Amino acid sequence: MINSSIYIKSQQEVFDVVIVGSGAGGGMAAHTLAKAGAKVCILEAGQPFDPADPKDMTQMKWPYESLRRGASSSLRNFGDFDAAYGGWDIEGEPYTRKEGTKFDWFRSRMVGGRTNHWGRISLRFGPDDFKRKSIDGLGDDWPIGYDDMKPYYDKVDQMIGVFGTNEGLRNDPDGYFLPPPKPRLHELMIKKANKALGIPTYPSRMSMLTKPINNERGSCFYCGQCNRGCSAYADFSSSSVLVKPAVQTGNTTLLPFAMAREVMTDPVTGLATGVSYVHTGTMMEYSVKGKIVVLAASAGETARLLLNSKSARFPNGIANSSGVVGKYINDSTGASRSAIIPSLFDRKRYNEDGVGGMHVYTPWWLDNKKLDFPRGYHIEYGGGMGMPNYGFGWGIEGLNGRENFNRDGIKKAAGGYGATLKEDYRRFYGAYVGFAGRGEPVPREDNYCEIDPNVVDKFGISVLRFNYKWSDYEVKQAKHMQDTFEEIIHSMGGEALGKKPGAENNYGLADPGRIIHEVGTARMGNDKNTSVLNSNCQAHDVKNLFVADAAPFVSQGDKNATWTILALSLRTSEYIIDQRKKGNL
Amino acid sequence: MKRRDYLKNMGLSSLGLAVFNPDEKAIENLNLGKVPVKRPNGRTQDEAEQEAALKAEVFLNAHELATITVLSDIIIPADKKSGSASQSGVTAFIEFIVKDKTEFKTPMRGGLRWLDVESNKRFSKNFIDITPKQRINIVDDIAYPGKTPKHLSQGESFFTLMRNLTATGFYTSKIGIEDLEYKGNTPNQWNGVPDDVLKQYGLSYDA
Repeated sequence: MINSSIYIKSQQEVFDVVIVGSGAGGGMAAHTLAKAGAKVCILEAGQPFDPADPKDMTQMKWPYESLRRGASSSLRNFGDFDAAYGGWDIEGEPYTRKEGTKFDWFRSRMVGGRTNHWGRISLRFGPDDFKRKSIDGLGDDWPIGYDDMKPYYDKVDQMIGVFGTNEGLRNDPDGYFLPPPKPRLHELMIKKANKALGIPTYPSRMSMLTKPINNERGSCFYCGQCNRGCSAYADFSSSSVLVKPAVQTGNTTLLPFAMAREVMTDPVTGLATGVSYVHTGTMMEYSVKGKIVVLAASAGETARLLLNSKSARFPNGIANSSGVVGKYINDSTGASRSAIIPSLFDRKRYNEDGVGGMHVYTPWWLDNKKLDFPRGYHIEYGGGMGMPNYGFGWGIEGLNGRENFNRDGIKKAAGGYGATLKEDYRRFYGAYVGFAGRGEPVPREDNYCEIDPNVVDKFGISVLRFNYKWSDYEVKQAKHMQDTFEEIIHSMGGEALGKKPGAENNYGLADPGRIIHEVGTARMGNDKNTSVLNSNCQAHDVKNLFVADAAPFVSQGDKNATWTILALSLRTSEYIIDQRKKGNL
Repeated sequence: MKRRDYLKNMGLSSLGLAVFNPDEKAIENLNLGKVPVKRPNGRTQDEAEQEAALKAEVFLNAHELATITVLSDIIIPADKKSGSASQSGVTAFIEFIVKDKTEFKTPMRGGLRWLDVESNKRFSKNFIDITPKQRINIVDDIAYPGKTPKHLSQGESFFTLMRNLTATGFYTSKIGIEDLEYKGNTPNQWNGVPDDVLKQYGLSYDA
């Protein structure tokens, strides 16, 4: 028996669309549908967030305004000013892993989700990224191709704003770009080194407004702090750019603190009728009715919600007659290395904060047919005279005793103290560079998430259990990343820091989940026996149920997921509008 | 649209608080047993409570903090460009951070005691009570990894921790940031690397 006291009457209003999640996918769906006149309700498990509200704002704060000088905490895993409420471990909301496997799951609990702190690297997929099986025989092709997606990428570019350059690259297609910021000094050095090595370097493609695009959003003032959220709304976050205007239409009801429990269905028709949820503050139970349900809770949470929505009609979870829900989960590969560049010692000081992140990047440039791994990666670059933060100066004993690292050329003892130590910190400031590879894995049916049969969270909702292992494909790709990083470092006249990662630690390949690009848990396809959604991200089994996050992805691409989440959600939303007009929904 | 309707549809008040659900009050009621903690700007309610608890906790005692002050000023003394570690607030930073990052608690407490024991062995007094010259006599034995006498290796580990925490505390302070001449964290237009710097490195934007 359920204690009736925790139940509040469900709302009488029947929304046109109920959306679970307010990140990139949910925000885009709400924005598109509300602008078209639909009555939309968004359920968001986290709290409100507005980077222009002084209560939430951390932009422009100095490190000494944090008791921990910007260090991470259990409540802000990416630092004390970072705009991600939530983290790898959230109290009362566990997840588990099958023995011998690894997966770390980063969840944001806030309006806008993980788009509030993300890197804003906004790469559209290219033609090959939708058809990998046709190229290398591994994984599967998407049921759609680049030509299907191009109009939506174009609209996203223009609606949200992205800087970059048209380079005419076949698998890194041109778009509608705002002017890119000029490279910083270390980025010019990387570009020069790469040129000698035959590695291309292009202006990065990121969603900050280097020019204003409308009256609602300001333009970038180059503080380099996009991960804190922008008070001028000059970078893309779903909260500022999509959810806020969706709410302002008057057609959107945003419910924060609303943790979705199940998709409700009509036992006769099998159609979705709404979503039940628990209020995370009061622990009261509610339900909200909708003619259409769109899940955009993140690949992991969407799979969890589908699997937990069981009924006599859907004994394995809603939309899961194929048994594919949760399978093929895949995260980007990641490996990194840092270095110090002696020619940058004692460099002249000036403000080079720039945008929050790199001004140049390297898209995948090689032919996998000539390599011992099937998929590519792109390289992200870091460095410069950034704002000092917790960790500054750490480990100087590994540097200041090196040959020729002293101003007068005399080798001195490592470590030390006093006035000469202060000189060392000043000399090395701004002389570091960082390299990070982000690559495409091969999705596998035996990498999956499922419902843990024994564990529930504090809301009584069954939790996800992950089962994920990298294969040799990804390990060999990471090895290639490490070799490439060292080549670039040497070409720059730099010295790599730390020991080169080797076979003993998978060449520094990050554990699954750590790159926070998990996709693929409810993949699209033309065959309802091997996929969850059709080519419009509509459930094969339930025609008024859609998925608008990264769960529909058939593969990852050697890009980052967000721009494709946005374009796909826009496409799905326009399909919903079209089908409503035709009376099919 | 009327403001009332706007709020109803927004689900957010101008303060960014949810008003659609009338049960925000109910959340407060659930928390009645707790001492209310005001939420400062830039912190969530959970963070405000976590920070209040950490601030209320006492870990390092007055003697330990006095020793940290002396040692941090040996690591980062005042020079002609900037002030010292203690002038920048390093002691208070270390006092907080060892409570926040609990893995530092034992190395810090034990390391400080190690230092006093070594000081007593050599000079029959605690570290803060010996002369500056005597302090350097000890510090010189533990400040240079690779040159430390074998039997003092634990002292080296402690000094390395102190150097790391002192440097981070100093260079994230107002004094330290000015010392580094960090020029950012201010609205500006990025127009590229200054010409004289491009010239210095033999680089250009035309290449």
